[in-house]
Amino acid sequence: MTTSQTLRRPGPSSPGQAPAARPAVRARRTRLPVALTAAGFAVAAVLMLPLVFLLIEARGAGAAAVTDLIFRRLTADLLWNTVRLTVVVTALCAVIGTAAAWCVERTNLPGRRVWAVLVVVPLAIPDFVVSFGWASLWTWVQGFRGAVVVMTLAVYPLVYLPVAASLRAADPGQEEVARSLGVGRVRTFVRVTLAQARGAILGGCLLVALVLLAEYGAFEILGYQTFTTEIFTEFSVSFSVPAACALSLVLVALSLLVLAGEGMLRGGGRVSRSGPLAPRQMPPQRLGRATLPVLAGFGLLTALALGVPVGASIYWMAERSSHAILGVSLASAALHTAGYAASAGALATLAALPIALLAIRYTGRVRYFLERSTYLVLAMPGVVIAFALAYFSERYGSGLLYQSAPLLVICYSIMFFPLALVGVKASLARAPVSLDEMARSLGQRRLAVLWRVTLRLAGPGLVAAFCLVFLSVVTELTATLLLIPTGVQTLATQFWAYEQNLAYGQAAPFALVMIAVAALPSYVLGRFFDRSAHPDG
Amino acid sequence: MATPRDPVVARVRGLAAAALAVLGLVTLAACGGSGGSGAQSITLYNGQHVQTAQNLVAAFEAATGISVSIRSNDEGALADQIATEGSHSPADVVLTENSPPLESLQAKGLLAKVKPATRARTPARFSSPQGEWVGVSARVSVLIYNPAVIPASQLPTEVRQLADPQYRGKLAIAPQEADFQPIVTSFLHAYGKPATLSWLKGIEANASGHVYSDNETVANQVNRGAVAFGIVNQYYWWRMRAEIGASSIHSKIAYFAPGDPGYVIDVSGAAVLKSSAHQAAAQKFLAFLVSRQGQEIIADPSKSISYEYPIASGVTTQAPETPFSQLRPYPITIAELGDGSTAIALMREAGLL
Repeated sequence: MTTSQTLRRPGPSSPGQAPAARPAVRARRTRLPVALTAAGFAVAAVLMLPLVFLLIEARGAGAAAVTDLIFRRLTADLLWNTVRLTVVVTALCAVIGTAAAWCVERTNLPGRRVWAVLVVVPLAIPDFVVSFGWASLWTWVQGFRGAVVVMTLAVYPLVYLPVAASLRAADPGQEEVARSLGVGRVRTFVRVTLAQARGAILGGCLLVALVLLAEYGAFEILGYQTFTTEIFTEFSVSFSVPAACALSLVLVALSLLVLAGEGMLRGGGRVSRSGPLAPRQMPPQRLGRATLPVLAGFGLLTALALGVPVGASIYWMAERSSHAILGVSLASAALHTAGYAASAGALATLAALPIALLAIRYTGRVRYFLERSTYLVLAMPGVVIAFALAYFSERYGSGLLYQSAPLLVICYSIMFFPLALVGVKASLARAPVSLDEMARSLGQRRLAVLWRVTLRLAGPGLVAAFCLVFLSVVTELTATLLLIPTGVQTLATQFWAYEQNLAYGQAAPFALVMIAVAALPSYVLGRFFDRSAHPDG
Repeated sequence: MATPRDPVVARVRGLAAAALAVLGLVTLAACGGSGGSGAQSITLYNGQHVQTAQNLVAAFEAATGISVSIRSNDEGALADQIATEGSHSPADVVLTENSPPLESLQAKGLLAKVKPATRARTPARFSSPQGEWVGVSARVSVLIYNPAVIPASQLPTEVRQLADPQYRGKLAIAPQEADFQPIVTSFLHAYGKPATLSWLKGIEANASGHVYSDNETVANQVNRGAVAFGIVNQYYWWRMRAEIGASSIHSKIAYFAPGDPGYVIDVSGAAVLKSSAHQAAAQKFLAFLVSRQGQEIIADPSKSISYEYPIASGVTTQAPETPFSQLRPYPITIAELGDGSTAIALMREAGLL
């Protein structure tokens, strides 16, 4: 997904590459189009609303109250809990995601088409369903250990997807050269393959780390305390929005650290490749004697990430449950869920276009910070973003749109904007500037070029961005509870209502339908990233 | 170059059109929902268990013809939400599981006075002394224990003993839940601040590894033997029993000694919002909750699925649990329980929050 970063840095090490590649990937500083820049700033401004809200509320709480809240004993524990979980899970996701992507993309793994989809589907299972599945089966799945297991299995696809895409698009020639020069398989993997995928691995890790910072549902069930669970406590026990907001600022600070760290690690890399229009089929690496162990590994990963939550859901459903909640059918909840998710997917993808175009096609400090700033929302708990929108609607709009479908869709779009951005950037990177220029020189207007050339090339990637947002919305709960039109239920809110009442048998069908609704986009995602380097089919 | 007929362009275009269409439909559906005919309708912000609220609302709608839209969420989140909404709050009535959220909304001046006739239905000690919310049902704090892990004879009989080192690793609590802080407030009332703080620190040490985010988890973990005993309200055990079946129950409940500060009654209550444009209908709903009909729904677990005690109109529970009149709680008033802010500050200091 973040192949853009590797694309933008033509290096000195492969002199024989296709000449078309250079102008295609060179970024320019000049002539920022006014409309594009304005659109970019507008989107970034909307994404800053939650942060503005946090600052207003924290200010309202008063400096003394905020320092009391932040500099207390528990903060050290929360910080330790949050940081160690983020580090361990991100590292595990990097290893699992990269290894899985390499096996699927670069080896003769049997059934790789099927695995390419199966390894993505866990993204579609709500974290609270995953943790519930695990916690209901084994007592040891709780606290730190439980959180590591559950979160790793729930979010590793965020690393797998971009890495798979970048391995597909990367220049296989370098590996061949390395091997032909007598460099061993392992060293080639480390020195060449990992270096090529570095930007994608980092990009995936960034998403994982930010998502972990904002996670709530899974930790609530596992009894693991982080800053985000503590923010929810502030909301629910002390009825103090200002205090919750002050604590959220700590999360913002942490996510700034994560962003800066990722930026620094990324900065040192130099990667080169042949032009994006000249992908080459390479002979897959033979797994040989490793075939069986690797297959077993994939089987285990699928069983743990997919089998446990699905199995647990089916198990609960078989256990008959006595109490029904009136009035809401599975079909109505599924329809609303899909409607909201599709709308948010489209809106977020659309909004990501200007930021992604600016990020890919132009350089410069303002452009850089504009793009990076939009990642902050991913680390904010959904409930905080929902409260921000409620606040602005009440304060400046007399309750305009409050608890209406459009505002809910806007809320989702803000929350998951970074996921859309990553997808859109990856796809735009495959639409070389040179083609735009050619089209313009042939007399096409700028908008027409955007429509006919850029979007045409980026099309499948836009669908991928849409799917990423769609999946996330389907499983969203806390913001939904706040902003959904009164009386309407989504699959997640209905699952929650039953789960709260220990009516697991009745909650289970909603979990299964949630997985089913999300399965199609997962399939599309898996196929897109699988195919991405094969424009000809 | 690409033409409009190009399949990819068509796909992107189709996707955009489909998304717009869906957004339009969803918006329409939402508007259709809130529009409504001439019939009266009110909105209920519900922090109570969903089934309980739904059953009460269904009976109310049948009795009065007033329709009620239910919005369920955690009661604390609802209180925050109402505070954020201010004068534009869509809520007419708020129903919570505990008194602190109502006390907090009352302190912020967001509640209207409850009609005296409605208040008269509930014993005065279970409603707001200021008259801005009315008590609807009640629960009592108990110990839930697993006899296979700890024999009843070794259980604490006083809440003070929860901090004893002998219970290290054996105690489960859900301090974030609204049911725990009334016990702390009650302890504070009985023993004062310094004692409360050291007691909480002892609890923090004893419950290490078994601090859960909700009472259902505490009940569940004790029942399956992951921890010896925990503190919950009595109805979590009964609800768990109804849900998983008596044969899967491996735990029991035990009461604190009569009059012990750990023996606390928690009251669930309801209020009308000052900002409500449907004051009369909202007051009718409150009156229904404490009426004989409303209370009988609460009294019957097959209807309310709640195992809470009815407290108004002289109705008594039909569940096979200890009758409400036989409970011997610590004598602390609703006003003394307050919004729990002192207890929360102490729990923070002890590292429990």
